[in-house]
Amino acid sequence: MSAAEKLTVAPRALPDGQGAWAQTAREAAAARLSEMGMPVRRDEYWKYTNPTSLTAEAAPEAEVLASDEAPVFGDADALRIVFVDGVFDADASDALTHEGLEIARLSDAAQMDIHWAKDVYGVLETNGQDPVARPLAAANTAFATDGVLIRAFGKVSKPVHMVYLHKSNTSDAILHHVVKVEEGADVTILENGPAAARFNKCLEVDIADNASFHHVRAQGRDHERRAATHVFARLGTESTFKSFTLTVNGVLTRNECVIELTGDDAKAHVAGAAVGDGDFHHDDTVFITHDAVNCESRQVFKKVLRNGAMGVFQGKILVKAGAQKTDGYQISQALLLDGDSQFLAKPELEIYADDVACSHGSTSGAIDEDALFYLRSRGVPESEAQNLLVLAFLAEALDEIENEDLAAEILNRLEAWFSRRSS
Amino acid sequence: MLEIKNLHVELEEEDKQILKGVDLTVDAGQVHAIMGPNGSGKSTLSYVLSGKDGYEVTDGSATLDGVDILDMDPEERAAAGLFLAFQYPVEIPGVGNMTFLRTAVNSQRKARGEDEMSAGDFLKFIREKAKSLKIDADMLKRPVNVGFSGGEKKRNEILQMAMLEPKMCILDETDSGLDVDAMKLVAEGVNALRSEGRSFLVITHYQRLLDHIKPDVVHIMADGKIIKSGGPELALEVENNGYADLLAEVA
Repeated sequence: MSAAEKLTVAPRALPDGQGAWAQTAREAAAARLSEMGMPVRRDEYWKYTNPTSLTAEAAPEAEVLASDEAPVFGDADALRIVFVDGVFDADASDALTHEGLEIARLSDAAQMDIHWAKDVYGVLETNGQDPVARPLAAANTAFATDGVLIRAFGKVSKPVHMVYLHKSNTSDAILHHVVKVEEGADVTILENGPAAARFNKCLEVDIADNASFHHVRAQGRDHERRAATHVFARLGTESTFKSFTLTVNGVLTRNECVIELTGDDAKAHVAGAAVGDGDFHHDDTVFITHDAVNCESRQVFKKVLRNGAMGVFQGKILVKAGAQKTDGYQISQALLLDGDSQFLAKPELEIYADDVACSHGSTSGAIDEDALFYLRSRGVPESEAQNLLVLAFLAEALDEIENEDLAAEILNRLEAWFSRRSS
Repeated sequence: MLEIKNLHVELEEEDKQILKGVDLTVDAGQVHAIMGPNGSGKSTLSYVLSGKDGYEVTDGSATLDGVDILDMDPEERAAAGLFLAFQYPVEIPGVGNMTFLRTAVNSQRKARGEDEMSAGDFLKFIREKAKSLKIDADMLKRPVNVGFSGGEKKRNEILQMAMLEPKMCILDETDSGLDVDAMKLVAEGVNALRSEGRSFLVITHYQRLLDHIKPDVVHIMADGKIIKSGGPELALEVENNGYADLLAEVA
């Protein structure tokens, strides 16, 4: 279905039932989308990333790579929810029950009156459409074929792990998840896998007072895959949001993260490490709004690029009037391993309060030759020395992963990726 | 041990000759010192021997135990037993000192076809060496040289030397930026490593270091050449009279 057609076709009606809320939300999203239109290259927000292949009628083909690599988070004791090319795989998934969790599939939601979900589904996405339009997210809300609705209570003893398998060269998947972290709850969501030839994914997270949400994902593997993902988060008083994304490979990835700090003393950290070799375009677009007192936000994005790989960072901190004592930090850095690779960064601060501390920095540079020589002079072979320096460069982003086992898992992935490339 | 013959070196980018025929032989177990005015080529010699980019050898040779080292990569030279204690040790944010040392020790062992050292053995080994150099656990955990004082950086160089057990150690102005106590500590670290099978080439501006690390031979380098060699008394002569007399003598 082309973008234009999508605008004229009503969202796929979910079966009648008590879940009319979902249908209402989807129709409203379709209306939003038709008003804003699909993104085009001349949009300011898409200046550095060409959206054409994300909005084209059919998903460009993406070869499924044969891999003997163990899946990321494969050993994690987690509740697994598996999607194959965007289609839920009940056999491969665990039962959707665990203490402290209510989980329902979006496609089943039509039979249910999930009152909490209707306050989140499409709602955070709608909030995130202002001041910058995010049409692919509206399209996601309107046309998502599945996803999960998760409600967490208390400290949930194991993470929910979304596994996105990619088996068809032409798959075009749209998934939409909603997570409601109730007051005082603490939950971790893991995501990994190439997902589909083209993947549009939306995750809305509503974090109540004193609640914590942790998110670690690993995107990657298949070189030709494309993805446009959105995370929308709303944070209550003294709540915590922490998200880390590792991206390896992928011809086009656009990860948007839109966060509203609406309760005092809340904390949002969003971090990413991306490593690209060759035909790789990776775009982190972040928008954090401080709308409460004494909140902290951190954006830490690191990219390692070579053989013509391309990195983009668009990061904004908006401090609204009255959001005093805001502590905002933003760093985006690229390590360019050759002269063909490129990094484009657009850091933005917009501040309407007078008692805030916001800092931002952006750099791109080559590997430190003096450090490389120092390591080699101690007997460390060049490729290994380079890997050490690259991992050191990425460390600040990886430090944002609180759970040590998950951090180790991500580090192992990176080491494996580099050793494959240097062998 | 180390044999340098007629070594001519140019800067790659500037077409400028720095070393103009250096001849130097350091026998096993000996300590040689090189002194000389600024710009005489002392540091260049240490960089060329350890394999730093940016220098072109236009003539001459350098061998370690008879093996030509000038065609080797820096890591191969290190595995062959060459070690340079840097004048300005490099800070490497994000790489822990301990990780760095373990990687270095095991890389060299691997290159020589030896078994890697187990984590336990390594820990025991490094603790023992660190203690004698007054390097605490915190310094081992911190990123390589980041936030280290001048003295700590130089002690860290000597710690690396002690861990890697090279046969040919080049110390490039290891005394620069050190107070008297720190210099003594560093010198003790070096002296503890002196042995029959290990040689040292100590580059320095001042005789003071040589009070602590007693050299067998002292060379004076000027304008890219060794212009005079002698015993420890040569260093004293420089200390008292400067280089002017020696330079005039040669000219």
